[in-house]
Amino acid sequence: MTALTLTDVCKSFGAVDVLKEINLTVEDGEFVVFVGPSGCGKSTLLRVIAGLEDATRGTVEIGGDVVNNTPPAKRGIAMVFQSYALYPHLSVRDNMALSLKQEKQPKSVIEERVSKAVQMLDLGAYVDRRPSDLSGGQRQRVAIGRAIVRDPKLFLFDEPLSNLDAALRMNTRIEIAELHRTLSASMIYVTHDQTEAMTLADKIVVLRDGRVEQVGSPMELYNNPANKFVAGFLGSPAMNFLQKAPIDLPQGGTLGVRPEHLRLEKGGRIKGTVTHVERLGGDTNLLIATSQKEEMTVRLFGQDSTAVGASVELEFDNSSAFAFDTNEQRVAF
Amino acid sequence: MNAARQNRFNTFAAHGALILYTLIALFPVFIIVINSFKDRRSIFREPLALPNAESFSMIGYETVLKQGDFFLYFQNSMIVTVGSLFFILLFGAMAAFALAEYRFKGNTLMGLYLALGIMIPIRIGTVAILEMMVQTGLVNTLWALILVYTAQGSPLAVFILSEFMRQVSDDLKNAGRIDGLSEYRIFFRLVLPLVRPAMATVAVFNMIPIWNDLWFPLILAPAEEVKTLTLGSQVFIGQFVTDWNAVLSALSLAILPVLALYVIFSRQLIRGITSGAVK
Repeated sequence: MTALTLTDVCKSFGAVDVLKEINLTVEDGEFVVFVGPSGCGKSTLLRVIAGLEDATRGTVEIGGDVVNNTPPAKRGIAMVFQSYALYPHLSVRDNMALSLKQEKQPKSVIEERVSKAVQMLDLGAYVDRRPSDLSGGQRQRVAIGRAIVRDPKLFLFDEPLSNLDAALRMNTRIEIAELHRTLSASMIYVTHDQTEAMTLADKIVVLRDGRVEQVGSPMELYNNPANKFVAGFLGSPAMNFLQKAPIDLPQGGTLGVRPEHLRLEKGGRIKGTVTHVERLGGDTNLLIATSQKEEMTVRLFGQDSTAVGASVELEFDNSSAFAFDTNEQRVAF
Repeated sequence: MNAARQNRFNTFAAHGALILYTLIALFPVFIIVINSFKDRRSIFREPLALPNAESFSMIGYETVLKQGDFFLYFQNSMIVTVGSLFFILLFGAMAAFALAEYRFKGNTLMGLYLALGIMIPIRIGTVAILEMMVQTGLVNTLWALILVYTAQGSPLAVFILSEFMRQVSDDLKNAGRIDGLSEYRIFFRLVLPLVRPAMATVAVFNMIPIWNDLWFPLILAPAEEVKTLTLGSQVFIGQFVTDWNAVLSALSLAILPVLALYVIFSRQLIRGITSGAVK
C-alpha cells in the first residue's frame, strides 16, 4: 500500500508559485527526506500534506484516501515541529494525551499508549513536568512522543533537529532512525541539512524552487546525480565544478569531481597552489587555486603534511567524474 | 543586579531619583486624602497640614454616605468598568486573532478600518450615539455605557493584541490543529494565556479613563439609579457653594477600587512592558 501519493500538487501564495506540479509517492514504511536550500518549498509541501495549507491544485492521498478536504486532525498524520510546539500549560503526560482525548479514546487506551511512548523515549522521570522545566533534547522527545501516541499512518517531521546543538543532534538523529525501525511507520522528514538526509533516508527528494529535482536512494543520488544542482547539494565538502577542465566537454559545459575522488599525484592533470588547509584529524581538506584560477577542495583521508602555498598536482579517475551541459543537466563524456 | 556591576553611588542615585518621582506623583493624592479627614476651616487655612485632634473631622465621609446612594454609585461604576473591560478584551482579542492568524480578502483593509477608531475620538459621535440609545431604549441603563466604552476601547485593544498574537508561534497553533483542537480552543487555551501580559496592559490603559469618565454618564445615564461614582460626586460641586469635605471624601473613596484592580493587573502589566526586552 502507498502511504502517500501526491498528484500534480501546486501551491501559490497570490502571484507567487511556491510548489509547481509535485508528483510523489511514499511507500508504506518508507523514510522519505525532503531536502533543499531554504525557500525551496519543502516546508510548504509538508504543510500541504498535513492539511495546514490547502493545495491550489492537485490531489493529496494518504493511505489511499483523497484528503484534500479533510482537516489535519482526521488525516491520520502526526507532526513534529522545529520549535517543539509543546503546550506550555500542560504536563508532559497531558501534552501526549491531548490528541487522544480529542478523539474521545477510552481512558485505558490513552493510559496504555502514553505509557508505551514514555517508555520508548525514556521520559519516565519527566511525565509530570511542564515543558518549561525540560531541556531542548527532552522537549523534542516529548514532541516525538506526542506524535507516536497517535499511531498515525504517516509521520511528518519539520526540521526537528535544527534547534538542538551538534552532539544532541547526532544522538537524536540515531534515535529517530531507531524509532523508524521499531515502528516501521511511514515517515516524511524535512531538512536543509544534507547529512541528515543522507544518514536517515530510504529515499531522498531534492527540491529546488518548488520543483522536484531528483528522487532516489541516498547512494543513487550521490553516485548518479541527474543534474549539477543535485550533484552540488549532496556530499560534504561539496563537489568541485570546473569550467576549464583538462578533458573534452561539450561547449560551455562543466566538469564535476567530488573532493574525495581527487588525489595528489605527480604529473596529475590539474595543477594548483594550496591556499588553505583544514586538518580534522581523520581527514584533511585542502583548498586549492588551480592554474586556471578556479577554486577546488580536495579531501584527503588521514593526516597530511601539505602546507599552505605548496604547489600540487591533482589526478582523478574519469569514471568518478561527472559532466554537465549548459543547462546543468548531466551528460555522458 | 549583578554584584560586580553594582556601584553604591549609582544604586543610591537611582533610588533617590525614583523616590523623588514617587513623592511628586503621590503628592496630590496625599493632599486629597489628608484633607478629606479635616474640617472645612482647616482645609483652607492649612491645606498641607496633617489632621490633628483639633482639625480632625469625618464630616465629609458622613455627608457622602448620607447623601445620595453612594454604594449604588460605586456598584454602577464597578459594573460598567469591569463589564467594559471584559468585552473590550474578549472582542478585541478575538478580532486581533482573526487579523493576525487568517488570510482573507480585505484583511489589511479591516485592520486599517479598526485602526481608524484610534484616530477619531468617539465623543465626536456623541449626538448620534445618544439618538441610537434613545431609539433602542438603552438610555439610563448601564448597558449604554458598557457598549460605548467597549466601542471606545476596542480599536487600541485590537491594535496592541494583534501585534502580540503575531508573535505566538505558528507551530504551536498548528500542533493544536493537528491534535484536533477547534479554532476556539486554540484561541482560548493556547493563544490567550500567552498574550496575558498584553491583555493586562490593555486592561489597565482602558480602566482609568472608563472609571473617571464624566461625559457619557452625564449624557447617556444621568438617572439616579444608574449614576456612576464620578457623576454622583458632582452633586457636591455647586455653582456657588462646593462641599469640599464631601468632594475630597468621595474622591478618596473613588481611588480604592481602581487601586484594587490595578494591583490585580500590575504584576501582569510589568511582565507585559518588559516582555519584549527581557526574554
